[in-house]
Amino acid sequence: MILADIAFYLFASLMIFAAVMVISSRNPVHSVLYLILAFFNAAGLFMLCGAEFLAMILMIVYVGAVAVLFLFVVMMLDVTVTEAKQGFLKYLPIGGAIGLIVMAELIFVMVSWMTNPEFLETPLKASPMPDLAQTSNTKALGLILYTDYFYLFEVAGLILLVAMIGAIVLTMRERVGVKRQNISNQVSRTREDVLEIKKVATGEGINL
Amino acid sequence: MNIVNILRPLLPELLLAISGMVLLIVGAFKGNNASRLISQCIVALFAIAIVLTIFGPKNSNDILKDHFTLDPFVLFVKPLILFGSMIATIMAMNYWRNEKEERFEFSILILFATLGMMVMVSSNNLIALYLGLELQSLCLYILASFRKKALRSSEAGLKYFVLGALSSGFLLYGSSLIYGYAGSIHFEQLDQIIKQTGATISIGGTLGLVMILVGLSFKVSAVPFHMWTPDVYEGSPTPVTAFFAIAPKVAAIAIFLRLIQGPFAHLVHQWQQIIIVLSILSMLVGAFGAIQQKGIKRLLAYSSIGHVGYLLMGFATGSQKGIEAVLVYLVIYVIMGIGTFSVVLALRRQGRLIHDWADLKGLAKSHPGAAFLMAVFMFSMAGIPPLAGFFAKLYIFMAAIDAQLYTLSIIGVVTSVIAAFYYLRIIKMMYFDEVTSSLDIMSSRTLRVIMVMAGVFILCFFIKPDFIAHYARLAATSLVVYQ
Repeated sequence: MILADIAFYLFASLMIFAAVMVISSRNPVHSVLYLILAFFNAAGLFMLCGAEFLAMILMIVYVGAVAVLFLFVVMMLDVTVTEAKQGFLKYLPIGGAIGLIVMAELIFVMVSWMTNPEFLETPLKASPMPDLAQTSNTKALGLILYTDYFYLFEVAGLILLVAMIGAIVLTMRERVGVKRQNISNQVSRTREDVLEIKKVATGEGINL
Repeated sequence: MNIVNILRPLLPELLLAISGMVLLIVGAFKGNNASRLISQCIVALFAIAIVLTIFGPKNSNDILKDHFTLDPFVLFVKPLILFGSMIATIMAMNYWRNEKEERFEFSILILFATLGMMVMVSSNNLIALYLGLELQSLCLYILASFRKKALRSSEAGLKYFVLGALSSGFLLYGSSLIYGYAGSIHFEQLDQIIKQTGATISIGGTLGLVMILVGLSFKVSAVPFHMWTPDVYEGSPTPVTAFFAIAPKVAAIAIFLRLIQGPFAHLVHQWQQIIIVLSILSMLVGAFGAIQQKGIKRLLAYSSIGHVGYLLMGFATGSQKGIEAVLVYLVIYVIMGIGTFSVVLALRRQGRLIHDWADLKGLAKSHPGAAFLMAVFMFSMAGIPPLAGFFAKLYIFMAAIDAQLYTLSIIGVVTSVIAAFYYLRIIKMMYFDEVTSSLDIMSSRTLRVIMVMAGVFILCFFIKPDFIAHYARLAATSLVVYQ
């Protein structure tokens, strides 16, 4: 068990370090890179819990899409850190208060769970769960998603398709005056179409 | 049970989804030249889907049952939605051709929006409801800002998107509260749970119910969640406005009805007051807001808010008769909407669509046919007998009086008299005012056919008013069956 403990503390401490660096580093690009590091460590923690599906989703969705999107936005918008840091002290009380509230809520949940374990276990038992020793949770999810919920899954897919159509419809513009390569035209050109050889008499010039 | 049997109830949806994707590929290869072909295909698909829905299975099967339901109510609403979308597509085809801005994605988005509505009205749990609603709304946001070069259109799209996303958030939050407090998202199970607890639900559940009502009120544009309607109606391209006024409203009203008559039927004392307030406010805003409006589309937006007020009056009764009245009203509302918008889309000045009501001055002299039909639609919207609109309101008021909602009925009658003022003003402009500028002759035959057919329906409805009421009764019975 010692190995798992070491891994846990490694991931957790790296994650906290990365999270602190996200808000304290001077360069916003570094912030995003630290965010990615934090995601990686969170994925590691999920793996330790045996939630390999969540870990993969975190990798694919958060690191692969969200963080890269952030990176693009940060690079394109050219955010200056000094400006962003200006309101730091002003917003510290309210930000700190929100942080404390969230922490208090987490502690409440923890305490209520520890004093009364059935509180969580009853609903968990009520929901059908396959034996995790027999099957991985990716497989278990897939078995539900593609059977009982195939209808909703397909509709969700259609929503994504519509979002894609929308992004294209609303942003694509036809530019005029752009010269495009037309390979079939290029290939079908013959010497006769484009070349004409004229004899030029000396001193007379030529009419084209 | 083989795959074909499992999927049979889904046949119209599957047809629309698969052919939508195929047509998308056709469009991607052929470009905008194919947009007419694609639109025609989609009109044909809607027609086939109507046939498949009417003559298809009458109930859902065990495998789909958790998410997808088919009953006479759904089978009443779905063809209406498909019909509205079909007519809207035909009208839009004509419009984009005249504007020379044909783009093939337009009809495909209408197709997917319609698919979303079908998923929504036949949903049997809160997830399917939400997904259908989102599929529909996402298409509608894009359609609202479809003319991306026009500032107003982009504004309409953005406004609709921001407010629509907010309302979806409300709906989702409400659903999560319902799930948290009741422990189920399935409509029948929710009904059972609420019945078992003696028709009460904890305070969190009530809050969830209220939030779901808020989200849906936004979608049907009931006051005070109507703010987006005039701006979006005005800013969107006119055929999109026509589509907004026809199909999505039917779907939103239908699912609203399904929720309050299905899973939350026993909480009638919880939602009835809310619905009554929404109804009164909608009728008042619909009547008074429209008086000031000069733009055609803004006025029709307020008019539709008023109509929603009357529909909600039918909701508030909570009785089978009220549901019947709502369904009959919906059919007539769709036909009136189709008729009015076909006239608006047909009239042009110097090649551009007319914008203000004042442009209709003297229409009776230049185009007596169009003016007559417009007068029929306006009289009908005002509720003058013997036109269809009169019967629509009559059924609603009868149901409301049966349910002893006297105050609500009186306010309804008063506001419908006030609303008659602006409908009649339009008729006065067309028949008694001098021509200020000449309008172009309507070139499109399809629009003429549509408006004449709508006019004939509105005019001849009184001959056999029970025709629709019969199907509405069947639908209403199926809706209240698990009470």
